[in-house]
Formats: sequence, C-alpha cells, structure tokens
Amino acid sequence: MSLFAHLLLFARALRQAGAFVTTQQVMALLEALPCLPSLDRESFRHAARCTLVCRYQDLALFDQLFDRFFKAGPGGLPHDEAQGWRLPRPWPSWVGDMHGLLPPTDGEEGRGEVVSRLFSYSPLEVIRRGRWERCTSEEAQVLRQLLLALRHSASMRRTYRLQRSRRRLHPDPRRTLRQSLRHGGELLGLAWRERARRPRPLVVLADISGSMEIYTRTVLLFIYALAQTWPKPVEAFLFGSRLTRITPYLRLPSPDLALEQVARWVTHWAGGTRIGACLHQFHRLWGRRVLGRGAVVIIISDGWDQGEPELLAQEMERLQKRCHRLIWLNPLLGVPGYQPLTRGMQAALPFVDDFLPCHDVASLQAVAQHLCRLPSRRPHRSPGARAGRVAISL
Amino acid sequence: MSLWDNSFKGMGERGFLSPQQAAEALARAGYIAEPGLAVAVFLALRLQRPLFLEGQPGVGKTEVALALSRALDAPLIRLQCYEGLDLQSAVYEWDYTRQLLEIRLMEAAGEREKERLRRHIFSPEFLLRRPLLQALESKDGRAPVLLIDELDRADEEFEAFLLEFLSDWQVTVPEVGTLRAQTPPVVVITSNRTREVHDALKRRCLYYWIDYPSFEKELAIVRARLPHAPEQLRRQVVAFAQEVRSLDLYKAPGVAETLDWAAALLALERQHLDEGTVEETLGALIKYHDDLKRVREELARGLLARALTHPEVGIGEP
Repeated sequence: MSLFAHLLLFARALRQAGAFVTTQQVMALLEALPCLPSLDRESFRHAARCTLVCRYQDLALFDQLFDRFFKAGPGGLPHDEAQGWRLPRPWPSWVGDMHGLLPPTDGEEGRGEVVSRLFSYSPLEVIRRGRWERCTSEEAQVLRQLLLALRHSASMRRTYRLQRSRRRLHPDPRRTLRQSLRHGGELLGLAWRERARRPRPLVVLADISGSMEIYTRTVLLFIYALAQTWPKPVEAFLFGSRLTRITPYLRLPSPDLALEQVARWVTHWAGGTRIGACLHQFHRLWGRRVLGRGAVVIIISDGWDQGEPELLAQEMERLQKRCHRLIWLNPLLGVPGYQPLTRGMQAALPFVDDFLPCHDVASLQAVAQHLCRLPSRRPHRSPGARAGRVAISL
Repeated sequence: MSLWDNSFKGMGERGFLSPQQAAEALARAGYIAEPGLAVAVFLALRLQRPLFLEGQPGVGKTEVALALSRALDAPLIRLQCYEGLDLQSAVYEWDYTRQLLEIRLMEAAGEREKERLRRHIFSPEFLLRRPLLQALESKDGRAPVLLIDELDRADEEFEAFLLEFLSDWQVTVPEVGTLRAQTPPVVVITSNRTREVHDALKRRCLYYWIDYPSFEKELAIVRARLPHAPEQLRRQVVAFAQEVRSLDLYKAPGVAETLDWAAALLALERQHLDEGTVEETLGALIKYHDDLKRVREELARGLLARALTHPEVGIGEP
C-alpha cells in the first residue's frame, strides 16, 4: 500500500477513535511532506502530529495510533496494518475528554497520578447503575414548570465590548464623524456606545451520592431545564465518589434521551461522597476552562461528606474566589427544623454566597427567580473571617 | 478551497532549510526547541500557516515568537488579546481628531463639495494602523513576525474575524478598499486554554502543545539564559523545579518561574541550594498560598534531599 493510502487510513482511524481531523488537515500534511529534507520516522511523526492534531485531548490518541500504524523498523517505512487499529474507546467522540472515566494513563498533564488515586480510594465505594425509565407524566409536568420558570432566568454581565446605544455612556467617534459628514462636516450631535451584555457562564455541580438518591431525578431534570433555557451552554458535572462531566448529554433534544445517556455513562450512582476530592479534581481539570468570565456556580448537595473537612473548605474557598457567585442548593433546607450541622456543610458554608433549598418545584422556581436577579457586583466576601452571606429561606 | 490555495507560492521559499536548521537558529536566538517544535516551526514557515501554541502558563509559548523574530531578523508585531478587544484596537482606527480638524480647514478653504470632502477625510492618510494591519505591510520584502498572544482571552467574535484574516491575509477598510499583504506575516498564536479556541481556527494552524521540559532541556534553557550562574546551582535549581512539578499542585512552576528563581538566587550570590535558601526564596517559584503550604510540608519531608539525589545534579561543568 502506498504511503498516501496508508495516511488516509490513518486519518480515518484517528477520526473513528474520536479525534478531530479534517480532509484539509490531511492535505496540509501531504503538502508538508515534500518540504521535509529527510523523511525519517521521527520527523514524519512530528509533521503529522502538528498538522493532523489540533486539540490537546487528541494528542495521546495520536501517539497511540501512530505507533500502531507506523512501526519503527529498518528505514522507518510504514507497515501495512489495516487491521487491529480499533481502540477500545467505549464513549462516543462528542463526549469530549471525560477525565473521570479515563483509565489512568501516564503523562496526561501529570494527572494520571491523581486519577489513579481517586480510583483506588474508598473500598466502601458502591457503584450501582442508575435505573432510569421514561419520564412519567408527573415529571413531564414538573419539567414544563421548570422550563417556564427558567425562561428568563439568565444572569447577565457587562462585557468590555462596546455596541451602539442611545444611552449616553461612551461616545462613538466613528459614527459621529460619519453622521457629521452627511451634513457637510457640521457636528450636530454625538453618537454613543455602551458595553454589551452577555449571559454569564453557568456551571452546575450536582451530588448524586446515596444520601441524595431520592432527589437525584428531580435535580437532573432541573439541570436539564437549566441547560435548555440558559442562553449559553451550561457546564454540568455529577459528583459522588468521583467527578463526571455530563455537559454534552444536556444538549440532547429530549429529557428521556439525556437521562438515558447520563445513566449509561455515569457509573458512581448512590455511592459515597467526597466533595472535597471531587472539587479538587474539578479545579485541576476544568476550573481554568469553565470558570472564566464571571461564572455563576451552583452546587447541589446535602453536605454529607465522607472526606476531610479541611480539604473541602480549601477547595470551596478556591471555588468562591474564582466565580462571580457561588450558590449552594440543599434539599434538606426544606425539612422543618433542619440545621446545617454536618461537618461537610459546616466546612463549606463560610464560602457560600447563597444557601437555598431545592426540595420541591416551588423552591426550584424560587432559585430561577434568584438567578435572574443576581446583582452585577460580587457579593462582599471578607477575606479573614470568611463569613459568607447566608440566606436561609424556607 | 481558497483557504488552502496558496496564492503566495510564487514568492519563493522562506525560512529554514530543515527542522534541524530551525532548531539551531532558535538556539542562537536563545530558545531551546525540542525536535517536534522545530518541525512545527519549520513547516509553519514553509507552508505559510500560523503556528498555534498551547501549554501551561510559563512554558515559553510567547518566547517562541520573540526568538523566531530574532532568528529571522524580522520585526515583531505583538497583539496582546484581552476581553473586549475589537477591530478598532486590533486592526485599524480613524484618526478622528485630525479628521475633524481637516474638515474645519477644508471648510475655511471654501471646499463645499461633500463627496470630495468625504473621500479626502477617509483616505489612508488618516488611518491609524493597529497590529494586524501593520503585519500586512512588510518592509523591503521581509515579512514581520506577528504574535497574537493569549487568544483565549479575546471574545469569540474576534476569533471569527481572525479566521478570515489568517486565510486571506487581507483586511477590508470600507472607505479605502482591500489591503492585502505582499508577503504574508509569520504568525504565532498562543493560548493558555482558559477556554477552548474554536476548532475551525485551530485546524487551519499547525498545532503544537508545549509541555513542561525534561531535566536536560530545562537545564539547557537555564544555561542559555543565565550563563553566569554557577553550574552546580543551575543543576540543583532545575532538579528542584522538576521535583516540585511532580507534586500535586494547583499551579506547577513553569520554566519562567525556574528562570526567575535561578536569577533570584544568583542575585543573592548563592552557590548551592540549602533548606534556608529555598525557604527564603520560594516565593519566586510558587505563587499560590495553598501550593506554598504544600511545598513547605514536603520540604519538611525531605523534598530538597530527594531533588538533590537526581543523578545529574552531582556532576560539575560539562
């Protein structure tokens, strides 16, 4: 087989394994090869790597497949090997890099260690698959109510981009000059601009451990409704004994499909809870990428935590510092006489901006109301005492 | 297809003869490039594609562009991205004050014809050239190096604009017309991945992920940048930085931090590392409170001793 045909096969294999490779990229490689003064295996590998791959998460995939396709041999010529390239990668490509599910691999931004530690932790960890049926008509009703309540709930922020406006905030010299030219250069009035408004990014972290089991389904419906109504893609993660990103499933057109996919790919239903460790993992893998631009973060959990409270407090503090507003929804707040006394809740509360119930549809509607009325300033957070504003409302 | 049709092919080959030569030229300019990066740089010049660099903060992404400009002896044009970056500050802006003055002057001179006035006011004379427009103008046929730094900080709208700019090497100013590059600039784009840059842009570039360097590479970098530091100190500093990176820190030190730290130690005229010195100067290497705490704990558990047992540390001058 020619190198050309082999390359095409290789690109197809990359694509099937989930990498993002376009025909143009393959053509770029073909264009690059004659430029190289010597076509040994190493420089061929480097050339292919920088033309075919354009996403960090595809690099590891490339390295694995390259070694299968282009064996190191005498002369470094590619070997025929059309068979056996299919990688065991059970998740669909559009899932993105679900680090929570990835088996520990070396050199993955130095994270292999973390992942493996998380895997080996907790002999008590119960892994059960969530059983999901289709939405009942009652749930469909709930979902409709939530969708309705969340319709206008997006919290907005002012960006630094200016757009034309009637309000006299920033003068617009360019438009002013153009207008004046219409009148032979006579300056009749100024044109104005103001800062554009954009929805804030929303990040939801929901607890699906054993103690949250009875609420899990409603919570997922709530997240789905949020994702459907928020004008920006919502980043959602489920945590318990580990962290899983479910963002891609939330874009599916029906809640049944979304729940089915979530049930299929999340493996730590109703197990233990280590909120601190999960938040730590969140910070390391996703924090920098999803918490930019004044994000609003919602944590949904009852605060039962088996991990160390110090770790939880530390990670909560970090989370609060990096977001515009940190909202904790606790279903137990709907229980009369409940006091947030568990160690985990105590550790987390000082860093929570809003502490709200989420036990029924009415309370979730209240959350929706709250979201669209978030003030544009960050809440006051005193650095020393770390006393957050806690609003307990039943 | 127009995106990949290279209509500048007639201009002849530019850049280096081989990746090897690219690496050597970069090394002379003070940048130690690994083979993969050398191939990417070589191909970026040869294929006239932008080079897209990603990696953790402080691994030397921006430095590639600076070194490249020195190696090619080409002027560097830098566009630092930030939120709200718009065409007025990235591409061009009209010089309004001068335009208004000119209108007054022309009026005083008795110019009454609107069309002529308009054409005069919007002539290139009144155009302020911002980095992207500057990059299209090459002096004596030598293309500049255009550094688009931290693209992830800019808005998505700006990315969409770049897509057009980087494929056609032209900018349209409605009042003047289309300005096109005689020689397309050498473009280096960097991103810290605080958000994902769109695939549509990335796939048009040559992509390279700069990792934390190996011991040997980092030592070579420190040697190149701090030629006056004692060799033993350099080896110890690098070994320590490598060891710290293996800890589970929120922000592992980059090469930039290693260099800062080594420079700090040099300024303090230390010949070698000991516990006290590390403790005093740790702030140059670690920038987060939690991480500092963690490293101090590890120091108490013999982090320094572990680092100094690195097989390469004990060796003197090469």
